[in-house]
Amino acid sequence: MKEFIEGSMAVARGVAVCRPHVVSAYPITPQTHIVEHLSEMVADGDLDSQFINVESEFGAASVVLGAAAAGGRSYSATTSQGLLLMGEVLFNIAGLRLPISITVANRAVSAPINIWNDHSDAMVFRDAGWIMLFAEDNQEVHDMQIQAYKIGENPEIMLPVLVNMDGFILTHAYETVETISQKEADDFLPPFKPEYYLDVNKPITMGVLGDPNYYLETRYSLQEAIDESRDVVKQVAREFKEKFGRWYGDLIDTYRTEDADTVFVAMGSLVGTIKDTVDELRDKGEKVGLLKIRCYRPWPGEEVVESLKNIDNVIVLEKAVSLGASGMMADEIKASLFDTPHRPKISNFFIGLGGRDIPKESLIKVYNQVKEKPQYNQFVDLKPELLEYPS
Amino acid sequence: MKEIRIHGRGGQGAVTAAVLLAEAAFYDGLFAQAFPSFGSERMGAPVQSFCRVSDNRIRSRDQVYTPDYLIIQDYTLLGAVDVLQGLKGDGLCLIDSENPPEEFKLKTEARVVTIPATSIAREILGRPIQNTTLVGALAGATGLISVDAIKRSVTEKFPGPVGEKNAQAVQKAYDLMKGGR
Repeated sequence: MKEFIEGSMAVARGVAVCRPHVVSAYPITPQTHIVEHLSEMVADGDLDSQFINVESEFGAASVVLGAAAAGGRSYSATTSQGLLLMGEVLFNIAGLRLPISITVANRAVSAPINIWNDHSDAMVFRDAGWIMLFAEDNQEVHDMQIQAYKIGENPEIMLPVLVNMDGFILTHAYETVETISQKEADDFLPPFKPEYYLDVNKPITMGVLGDPNYYLETRYSLQEAIDESRDVVKQVAREFKEKFGRWYGDLIDTYRTEDADTVFVAMGSLVGTIKDTVDELRDKGEKVGLLKIRCYRPWPGEEVVESLKNIDNVIVLEKAVSLGASGMMADEIKASLFDTPHRPKISNFFIGLGGRDIPKESLIKVYNQVKEKPQYNQFVDLKPELLEYPS
Repeated sequence: MKEIRIHGRGGQGAVTAAVLLAEAAFYDGLFAQAFPSFGSERMGAPVQSFCRVSDNRIRSRDQVYTPDYLIIQDYTLLGAVDVLQGLKGDGLCLIDSENPPEEFKLKTEARVVTIPATSIAREILGRPIQNTTLVGALAGATGLISVDAIKRSVTEKFPGPVGEKNAQAVQKAYDLMKGGR
């Protein structure tokens, strides 16, 4: 059904039709609306889930860990400091191979305190063993919820999924969303039936000591599983398209790259603004396109290489900085291209940090700079006057 | 695509106005997007909200820098904030005021219109909450969205007598503005 709803409601609806047994979260801006909607659904009797109130995000993550270990489908949502507070548990969830889904309303991290959007929170967990998807708009983030469980719960994978959506920019934006009905969801997503779970009648132990004789193999298996999840992410995107007719790419997507010499690379809601900017530049005769990274973990190295094989200039736009190093995505793109015959010039920029708005004008400015010469680690729309010491 | 920027003060319902407009466009079969300026809003502080209406799916997520239409909920903002920034020459600036538009001496090529929205709201709703009235006025002045669609979005947002009264205010503002189109 076509509905005009807030982004957070689009998420809540997408989660609800997945029939989570347990929802647990702690309120934090700009995520709060998501779990408010879900708790309302539970309170009104529209959603048959246990909504568990907790004292912190550490508690929320622990509750969904426990619920999944007991064989339940479980859900949480958070952002920024809340995600960081979940940190220790997130590594455990992946290590325990529990296919939980958590929505992150991406937000900057403190200090200074900032409630606005960037990707600094999620990028902390790129090495945690979680599959990481980034949504472009509210339709995609609605549809991503069901895809997340279908990917993570695949018996060959059994991994948790972070579904990322830009805080405020998507969570608080109202737009048209074609919502998935319960029947459609039930046809697409089978009930969660893990092979191993905590059961008093058939006791097992989870999360035991992995001494030096065993630990290395658990890491090997984790790496193997997340590597294999590439095919599952692709397969689920295809199945979703067959059933619902909607497509956002699988690991990646491309836009007007066929004859392009230059492409932007980005994740999340910025992708939409870039598409309009690409159209604007194309109207002026510029051969420019876009590579959208939809799945950041596992990293789609092969797909990135394939999509850049005829490109001369790559403009990587990132909403997070690996402080003391560079742009995380730019570095991974470079690493993927190192052993290939064609190596385009990779320019990289930090943009929109802490919610600084990203007008099309800024993207065009970046494009013109790169046309002149490659740029490295540039902060877009920096205000030099704020960097001066007061005299 | 038409882009709308709403300037108000915290508590005046600028965000709700943008959502009502966008939702009405949705009922008219158009694509629409509404979002706030994401400040940590305080009562009385200048706030902005944004709305885009288009025949096609809307992809851009940046704020509205070159609006076709402006709604000014509080004319005292005219001196405090550069509300006219980027307003298109063939656009429209709608101000809540009892006074004629000439009195504001605005430096813009765009059409400037005023409507006594607060008075209309006081009269019909019994409260000086004029965001719904201004939304009706914008529809009347521009023809961007049908008045029926706006009344529908208003009555669905505020069920019962409150919604009915707001719909009356919408209709009154629409009729007043439609004459001058």
